[in-house]
Amino acid sequence: MTDRIMRVQDLSVHFKLREGGLLRSKTHTIKAVDGVSFDLDAGETLGIVGESGCGKSTLARALLALIKPNRGRVLWLGEDLNKLDEEALRKKRQDMQIVFQDPLAALNPRLTVRAIIAEPLWTFFPKIARVQVDERVRGVMKMVGLLPNQVNRYPHEFSAGQCQRIGIARALILNPKLIICDEPVSALDVSIQAQIVNLLKDLQKKLNLSLVFIAHDLSVVKHISDRVMVMYLGRAMELSRRDHLYKKPLHPYTNALIKAVPVPDPKLARAAIDRGLTGDMPSPLDSPSGCVFHSRCPFLIKRCQLEVPALRRMESGDWVACHRAEELDLTIGKSG
Amino acid sequence: MALLEVKNLDVGFDTPEGEVHAVNHLDFSLEAGEALALVGESGSGKTQTVMAILGLLAENGHVSGQALFKGKDLLQLNTSELNQHRGNEIEMIFQDPMTSLNPYLRLDKQMIEVVRHHRGLKKAEAIAKAVEILRALHIPDPSRIIRQFPHELSGGMRQKVMVAMGLLSEPELLIADEPTAALDVTVQVQVTHLMGALRENSNAAIMLISHDLGIVAGLCERVLVMYAGEAVECGSVEQIYYDPKHPYTQGLLNSIPRLDQPDEKGLKAIPGNPPNLLNLPGGCKFRDRCPKAFDACSEKPPMQADEDGHAYRCFLGIPA
Repeated sequence: MTDRIMRVQDLSVHFKLREGGLLRSKTHTIKAVDGVSFDLDAGETLGIVGESGCGKSTLARALLALIKPNRGRVLWLGEDLNKLDEEALRKKRQDMQIVFQDPLAALNPRLTVRAIIAEPLWTFFPKIARVQVDERVRGVMKMVGLLPNQVNRYPHEFSAGQCQRIGIARALILNPKLIICDEPVSALDVSIQAQIVNLLKDLQKKLNLSLVFIAHDLSVVKHISDRVMVMYLGRAMELSRRDHLYKKPLHPYTNALIKAVPVPDPKLARAAIDRGLTGDMPSPLDSPSGCVFHSRCPFLIKRCQLEVPALRRMESGDWVACHRAEELDLTIGKSG
Repeated sequence: MALLEVKNLDVGFDTPEGEVHAVNHLDFSLEAGEALALVGESGSGKTQTVMAILGLLAENGHVSGQALFKGKDLLQLNTSELNQHRGNEIEMIFQDPMTSLNPYLRLDKQMIEVVRHHRGLKKAEAIAKAVEILRALHIPDPSRIIRQFPHELSGGMRQKVMVAMGLLSEPELLIADEPTAALDVTVQVQVTHLMGALRENSNAAIMLISHDLGIVAGLCERVLVMYAGEAVECGSVEQIYYDPKHPYTQGLLNSIPRLDQPDEKGLKAIPGNPPNLLNLPGGCKFRDRCPKAFDACSEKPPMQADEDGHAYRCFLGIPA
């Protein structure tokens, strides 16, 4: 074992939901995350992609032990996070930070930028000297491309892209080993998205950070990830090296997600007759039998309705949960 | 005569901090049956342009200029006159399907309200028509769906219902404000295809508002790029995508993450942030973020058009 910082084994988070009155109440189980496993190395970026409701945000919270899993383990440098007592867990959290989706909503509107960015420092080192805090705050502000003379401003004085930089600065101030980015660019204009993705990429190289980068489409993730995990209804469908996944996806759902990315070229866009997937993702209250994707899969066979495909390792070293992975050739750019 | 001709449109808002200039001297036109995209970053004035045309500005907003719909200036009409056009010849699909549907009403009631008012259809006729359109949009079991409340549907379904409502009155002009922004990618494709199919089946003109040039490419014939309330480039999709003249349009195109191209150099962002509309810079408004800015840009460049109708607001395009 070299520099593995996180190991996730068979992680499952289920929510119980009660419906109906006192007498005829029924309990449903929502499997928000179901049997997810992966490893994360130091300095590595794992992209997690899936549509809304696939469990990616729940997974992010479970990785930080903000939600207790019903099954499975999250090992942080070999230690099971859910077996630690509160104080020990709090100490570990210094090394793990999160950046949220809606940059404005994630910042307290009544605090100055200085107070927002410094808050984690005060929390973990209440006796730290003010001068030191100021120095650190200015340091991380420079790192994320904010001007240190903006420290006394309030969030509303910044654009959405700048607010996301403030969120990243707050995540960096404790020198974490891991940052979980939960859809950090989904709320931003396309032109600004690229700034934030490039910033995260630079920071990662400079600081040898591990990143878990969550997104709902595959286009942004391509530019930052080493490996990509595709989720559907709480389950991992595919976990592949970046270069493999975008050239020859193994799972039909990955293939559909790749085809759903719009092409900014009028001739190609008009020629794309492929309508992609039909229908919506099924409700997690009522997830399909067998393979959870079978109700939308164009390559459905009988077995898919009966038997849950396990996530298994292919010869290439990539992982896929599909009965037909060997026989399907989903190479991108091939007609048909 | 153009279906819609907007001339010298100005939209401003009075705020405690001063006047916000949302749209400045905007001119454009739309022919019957044509699809035009309004593209720009948030705050570029796309939404306020159509809000002004439809008389939907907030209380502190004011508008000047002309918006001629089939020769009649919409900006001069009072509310009841406007209502003869809104929801009838002109329909709008709003950005957020979660908040644009009334949560207290079943879908059938809110879907048919407009056609019953304008066309005087009987309730049963109107419902039959609505079911037919939902079926055409590939919504499964439409006669059951139409009896449901909005919260019983997924976001994608709700947005499809919004599109269906837009089509129900067979408008001559359909305005869609970021119709796919809140949707999952696989559903986004479905809605985009729907709007494409609508164009083939009816002769409706479409105005599509988006911040993403990727979505626009397959759907529209012409693109108007806006920056800080001004038109900076306007042309056919081919002109805009294959031969963009304005550095802002070039920046927008380059910043789209593409799967069909290698990405050794990483994503190319437009540096900086959109300008503060309270305090707009003089000269070219894109100057501060433009990689090609030079001395002349402190003067405001005029909108100029070359022979084939490709117009842009940049000094670099002027032949020496």
